[in-house]
Amino acid sequence: MGKIKGLKCRECGARYPIQPTHVCELCFGPLDVEYDYEYIRKHISREKIEQGPASMWRYKDILPIEDDDEIITLSEGFTPLIHAKRLGAVLGLDNLYLKNDTVNPTNSFKDRVVSVASSFAKAHGFETIACASTGNLAHAVAAYAAHSGLEGCVFIPYDLEATKVAAISVFAPRIYAVRGNYDDVNRLCTELADTYPWGFVNINLRPYYSEGSKTLTFETVEQLGWRIPDEIVIPVASGCQFVKHRRAIEELKLLGLVDDDKVPRFTGAQALGCAPVYNAFQEGTDLIKPVKPNTIAKSIAIGNPSDGTYVCRIARDTKGVIEAATEEEIIEGIELLAKTEGIFTETAGGVTVAVLKKLAQAERWKRDEIVVAYVTGHGFKTMDYLTDKKASIVEIDASFENFTKQFPP
Amino acid sequence: MGVRVRIPGPLRRLADGNAEVIVEGSTVAEVIDALDKKYPGFKQRLCDEQGNLRQFINIYHNDMDIRFAEGLATKVADNDDISIIPAVAGGIYGKKTA
Repeated sequence: MGKIKGLKCRECGARYPIQPTHVCELCFGPLDVEYDYEYIRKHISREKIEQGPASMWRYKDILPIEDDDEIITLSEGFTPLIHAKRLGAVLGLDNLYLKNDTVNPTNSFKDRVVSVASSFAKAHGFETIACASTGNLAHAVAAYAAHSGLEGCVFIPYDLEATKVAAISVFAPRIYAVRGNYDDVNRLCTELADTYPWGFVNINLRPYYSEGSKTLTFETVEQLGWRIPDEIVIPVASGCQFVKHRRAIEELKLLGLVDDDKVPRFTGAQALGCAPVYNAFQEGTDLIKPVKPNTIAKSIAIGNPSDGTYVCRIARDTKGVIEAATEEEIIEGIELLAKTEGIFTETAGGVTVAVLKKLAQAERWKRDEIVVAYVTGHGFKTMDYLTDKKASIVEIDASFENFTKQFPP
Repeated sequence: MGVRVRIPGPLRRLADGNAEVIVEGSTVAEVIDALDKKYPGFKQRLCDEQGNLRQFINIYHNDMDIRFAEGLATKVADNDDISIIPAVAGGIYGKKTA
């Protein structure tokens, strides 16, 4: 082959050819795509990336899609990196940056991973792409199925927020609303993936799908002028992207795209109402005990996170932390971000901002440290939880007289 | 008669390509031993040298994660369902909410 060697087990190192499997046959560990970095090094450079498309596919050389294969894209990724001066001022941070993934085609970072997964699916003869989802993934799969002409088939918990369900429905995929929580949905889909010829993007296509997450970090470093930040704050659901962001930093070094030897501190954010990784981290272990989720941050409500162990290890190894937010703090986080930076994020983003605030108030950072927070989904996804802000709305007549009397200029 | 065991993709080759196998056993541990007798090497894929379930495997008995019952000692009866699921899944408690 060229840039891709195959699949490799993260636990026991067993190797497999490129195929739609995600689990090691020997030890059941997760499989990762293994690249030929020597080969890629010869083909990649900062200049080539900078001249690439204004999407995540400027990083195609480090993604598991061959040059000849069609890319299924809605121009996802290469999202703005915002220097958050006003939020930073509140938190005591001069160099706080926000990676604004709310602006992706279906308004969450899932567009990145689905773009890769659907490209892989099409290139490998799948006719249907599917997923187990807390909402954002189903939304992305539905859209990319429509865009690619593949069949879309999504499995969601039956009590998913109405706005998310409506947004998914408009693309007309098949929708299965499962009477259970996300963990039940995921378990069902894991068995279905072995029985139906569907490409479950986060199950049998998981090794390829997860590679798309790296692009968030590639772009962040590029947009900081090819600089590595001091700390990155990332919301944690399954932990899948957290692991890939750490990998992304290694790859940037392996490929000579950054000179810096530094490793950023990787910090995770969870909701206290579903914090299995936070619990393990606080207890000083990396063995995850599943919990029953109970939080408005539904997009990260995974009680049994597949990559939780790795998240704990990476956080510890890089001197990051895993912190968690209460339900009230989540809403406050959404409002704080909106009021200071004009960015509207969903509850998972509220978790991220709440954890940022918690850590800033605990004086974790020096003023000038470069801290980046990943804002992974748009606020329209979770409108149901916004507090009723009638106090700030004033109802008036269409009368100049009355207005100028009531509010003299 | 017997316990119905659903075999995940990665283990089907070892189970002669079968997606479902029926074996006898009155506990999950006995079911695993029965599978190992039928397909030598099966147990070693699921359990380590101490006989504990490997980290990345979840076993469900009638949709209930056995970690929330008695683990490998969980009692099973005829016509019960056992699912072997790679742990990238999830599924705690296993109770179906109405």
